[in-house]
Amino acid sequence: MASDAVMETSPAGEFWQGVRLSIPVVVAAGPFAMLFGALAVDNGFSVFEAFLMSAAVFGGASQMVGIELFGHHVAPWLIVLSIFAVNFRHVLYSAAIGRQLAHWPLAQQAIGYFLLTDPQYAIAESRAQAGRKVGFVWYMGAALAVYVFWVLLTVLGAFFGRLIPDTAAVGIDFLLPIYFLGLVMEFRKRPLWLPIVLVSAATSILAYKFVGSPWHVTLGALGGVVLAVVLPPHRSGVGERP
Amino acid sequence: MSTTFWIIVAGAVATYLTRIGGHLILSRFETIHPRVEAGLNAVPAAVLTTLVAPAVLTAGPAEWAALAVTALASLRGGLMTMFLAGAAALILCRQFVS
Repeated sequence: MASDAVMETSPAGEFWQGVRLSIPVVVAAGPFAMLFGALAVDNGFSVFEAFLMSAAVFGGASQMVGIELFGHHVAPWLIVLSIFAVNFRHVLYSAAIGRQLAHWPLAQQAIGYFLLTDPQYAIAESRAQAGRKVGFVWYMGAALAVYVFWVLLTVLGAFFGRLIPDTAAVGIDFLLPIYFLGLVMEFRKRPLWLPIVLVSAATSILAYKFVGSPWHVTLGALGGVVLAVVLPPHRSGVGERP
Repeated sequence: MSTTFWIIVAGAVATYLTRIGGHLILSRFETIHPRVEAGLNAVPAAVLTTLVAPAVLTAGPAEWAALAVTALASLRGGLMTMFLAGAAALILCRQFVS
């Protein structure tokens, strides 16, 4: 169609095309931004600190883990290490999407990697797979829409969270495990998913009991990763190179 | 500046390292070993599981029911459907079990 042809070439069109693609992500992630804001204030953060974490870290699961540990008065360096451990999966995204961003100027690449979240990786990878160029303007359209709403809704949740008197009564205290279980299920089509989940669950429970939090995150994750490394490659759906 | 401020700044730097690190490391190699690739593929499910498992152990019947509903909902819908079904089950169950 003629209108599509115009959008292919005009930078503004590319930008809004990216924005439109990210609307489902904004809708899905929005409540979690508000939940983070509310939980952050509940765990002793100020509204500004909740805002700063969403703006500077921009990673839902790691922010949730961070404030959870902060509320338990865990040592600062362990909180930072846990954020690193939870976000470690981005190394994979970064490694995989690198070839698509390599033609950008270095400054643009530096910004692009800052905004490389799970959904951003997913839509960028699918655009590349469809044989289309992953341009900076398109990428920023998709990423900035999510970023702006993530930060704004965090602040809204931080203010609203103060109005919730008893978080246990409305079930907010156990929403995180439910959210994380939902994410675990999202990956269920991957090879070895069930063995990895079972080994990680067992390892993390043992580590939680005998080593303590937050080491159960790193040790438990290592259990599942080591299993995937040790098993023959054909079991992991990763073929030997020809 | 407060300790909280520096936790957030350090957490942001650590996160940025994970987002750019994979590209920086991998751009030095021509190919990845299949076992390394298999290990990287396992990371999301492995990390996220550790955030659920200990909570399951210390929870009660209402929480277990909510997690069961979440897992069942995953067979039909996306993340948001799972989350809303699990949250609704949790609030409902806590009315009867305490």
